[in-house]
Amino acid sequence: MPVITYREAIRAALAEEIARDENVVLMGEEVAQFHGAYKVSEGLLEKFGPDRIVDTPISEAGFIGMGVGASMLGIRPVMELMFWSFYSVAFDQILNNAANVRYMSGGLINCPIVIRGPANGGTNVGATHSHTPENVLANHPGVKVIVPATAADAKGLLKSAIRDNDPCFFLENTILYGEKGEVSDDPELLIPLGVADVKRQGSDLTIVTYGRCVLHSLAAAAILEKEHDISVEVVDLRTIRPLDFDTVLASVKKTHRVLVVEEQKPFASVGSQLAYLIQREAFDELDGPIHRLATIDAPAIYSPPVEVEQLPNPQRVLKAALAALA
Amino acid sequence: MSKKAVSTAGPTEEANVSCPAQNAQAPINALLSKEERIELHRKMVRIRRFEERSLRAYQAKKIGGFLHLYIGQEAVAVGCCSLMGKNDHVITAYRDHGHAIAVGMDTKALMAELYGKITGCSKGKGGSMHYFAPSLNYWGGHGIVGGQIPLGTGLAYAVKYKKLKGAAMAFMGDGAVNQGAVHEAYNLAALWNLPVIFVVENNGYSMGTSQARSSAGPGLAQRAEAYGMNWGTCFGHDIYEVRATMDKFLTLAREKNQPSVVEIDTYRYRGHSVADPDKTYRTREEIEEYRRTKDPIQLFQNALLAEGVLTEARIEQIDAEAKAEADLAADFAEASPFPTAEDIQKDVYWETDNPAQRASKGRLFFD
Repeated sequence: MPVITYREAIRAALAEEIARDENVVLMGEEVAQFHGAYKVSEGLLEKFGPDRIVDTPISEAGFIGMGVGASMLGIRPVMELMFWSFYSVAFDQILNNAANVRYMSGGLINCPIVIRGPANGGTNVGATHSHTPENVLANHPGVKVIVPATAADAKGLLKSAIRDNDPCFFLENTILYGEKGEVSDDPELLIPLGVADVKRQGSDLTIVTYGRCVLHSLAAAAILEKEHDISVEVVDLRTIRPLDFDTVLASVKKTHRVLVVEEQKPFASVGSQLAYLIQREAFDELDGPIHRLATIDAPAIYSPPVEVEQLPNPQRVLKAALAALA
Repeated sequence: MSKKAVSTAGPTEEANVSCPAQNAQAPINALLSKEERIELHRKMVRIRRFEERSLRAYQAKKIGGFLHLYIGQEAVAVGCCSLMGKNDHVITAYRDHGHAIAVGMDTKALMAELYGKITGCSKGKGGSMHYFAPSLNYWGGHGIVGGQIPLGTGLAYAVKYKKLKGAAMAFMGDGAVNQGAVHEAYNLAALWNLPVIFVVENNGYSMGTSQARSSAGPGLAQRAEAYGMNWGTCFGHDIYEVRATMDKFLTLAREKNQPSVVEIDTYRYRGHSVADPDKTYRTREEIEEYRRTKDPIQLFQNALLAEGVLTEARIEQIDAEAKAEADLAADFAEASPFPTAEDIQKDVYWETDNPAQRASKGRLFFD
C-alpha cells in the first residue's frame, strides 16, 4: 500500500469524491488559488477548476450558511474552516441551521454538508486558535462528529462523511498533517462512521482516546510495556458521534481498568460522557475508578514549552496510566 | 436615487408611487386573467382569516410558544410568491404563515402544526416559526433573526450551480438588516453573481424598536449600493405594485444572475408576537390609520371591484369560504393526535429514519 501523509490522505479523499459525484464542491478560505492554508487542497483547483474548488471571503457565517442552504437543494458542500476555532463566528449556521433543519421540518429536509478543518492545540497560536469543540458539536443531536488520528482513517472516514446524508463535522489536526501511514488507493474503500479501532491490544489497562492523543497513548503504551511490564490496550474512537461504545465495553471487560485521554478541557468533555457510560454499563467490571487525562483547565497558553505540558503528551499519559493502575 | 451607476434596476420614480390602476397596467399584471386576480385576493383573505382563527386558538391556550402574526402584510407574501416559477425558491424568518399559504401549503397541516399535532406540516416538531414545504420550494420558517439569509443565498447558489434558470427570494424583516450574517450574505451574492433577491419586509418596527431607533443611514435597501447590488423600494400595500417591482428584479436574477435588495413597505396590525402589549412603541391611531387607508386586502378589493372582476357578493362568498376553511383547519387540528414520546427521536438523523440504508454503526442517541 502507498505510504502517504495525513494531509495527502485527506486530499485524496476530496479528489476521489469530487471526481465521483458532480454535486461535491470544496469551499473555504484559501482552498483554491492559495492551495489551502495547510496545503490540504494543493492541486485540486488545477485538477477540478473553480466551479468545484471555491475560494470564499473571510466570512464564515456567510459561507457556511450558504453551504447549508445549498445542501438543502442537494449540493454536497465540503466546507473548510481554516481552523475549527472559527466555528464560533458561524455557530448559528452550524448548530442552529445545519443541526436542526431536518428535525424542525419533520424530516422533510436533509443537510448533507461536511465541515472540516483542524481543531487542535500545540502550535503556539494562543487561545483563539486552539479550540477542540468536538464535545460542543456532539452535544447537538442531528450531527456527526469525526476525529481521525491516522492517514488511513482520515481518508476512509472523510469519504464516508461526504457520502453521508446528515451534517458531518470532521476535525483534523495541524500537527498530524505531516504524519505518514499506509493508505489504500482504492476509491471504494470507506471506513464507516461509528466504528472504533483497537490500535493496540493489551490486558492490564484500557486507554480510550481519539485524535492526536492516540499517538501519545501508543507512545506511552510502548514505554509502559518496556519499562513497567504493563500491557495497555488503546481504543481509538475515530468518531465521537455516532459512538462505538460496544468496542469500549469489550475492552473494559477485558482489562477492568480505564483511562480516558483527550485533548479537551475537562468540564463536560467527551471523556465526561465516556466515564458516565462506562460506570453506568460496566460498573461491576471495574477494578478501580475511571481515570481521565485532559488538557489542563485554562485557555490555551501561548508559551511554547509550557503549552506542551498543558496538553496531553506521552509523559503525562504515562503518569496517568500508572495512577490508574495504582 | 442611486448615486453610483451600479444599479441596472435601482429605484425608479414609479417604484415609490402607489397607484393600483397604473400598477395594474404593468405587463406582469396586465397578463393576469380574471380568475388569477381573484385568486390573489382569495389568498390574502385566506391568510388573514387563518391568522385570526389561530389567534383565537392561541387565546384559548390551544397553541404554545410564540405566534407572530402577518396580518396587514399579506400583499407582500402573496404578491412575491405568485411570481414563483418551477426553479424559484422562498425562505423567510419566523413570521412565516403568510408565505406558507402563499406558496400553497395546506392550512389544515399549518394549523395542526400550531396545535403541536402529529398531522402538522412538521409533525409538531417545528411550531409556528418553522413551517417548511420543500416540495413547494418553501425552505422555512426560521427562528433566528437574519439567520435564514445565508441559507437563501445557498439556495441561489445551488440553482446557479445546477445551471437552472431560477431565483431565490430570501425574506427578512427590517430588524434583520443589522445582523452580520445578512451583510455576509449580501457580499457573497454580489461577489458571485447569485440569483437571489433579498426582500426586506419593512413593517416599521423590529419588535418594538422603530426603524429610526435601530437602523442608521438613509434607507434599508440602499445599503445594497455598498455591494454594487441592484436595489429598489416598493409600496407593499398594493399587490399589483409588489408584483410589478418584484418581477423586474426576479427577471434580473433569473436571466442575468444579478442579486438585488428590495425593501417593501408594509405594516403589521398585531404586535410583534401575541405576547407583545403593543402599547409602548406606537399609537392606536397609527394602526387605525393604516387599517383605514392602506389595508392591502381592501385596496386590492377596491381595485378589483373597479375593474369589474369582483362583485360584493363574490367578496362575501370568498370571505365566508376563507372563514370556513380556517374553522375546518382548527377542527382538524383539534381532532388530531399529538406526537408520542416515541416520535421525539424521529426525524433527527436521515440514517436512523432510513435504517435499511444506514452506513454508519454505533450509537447516535444517548440517555
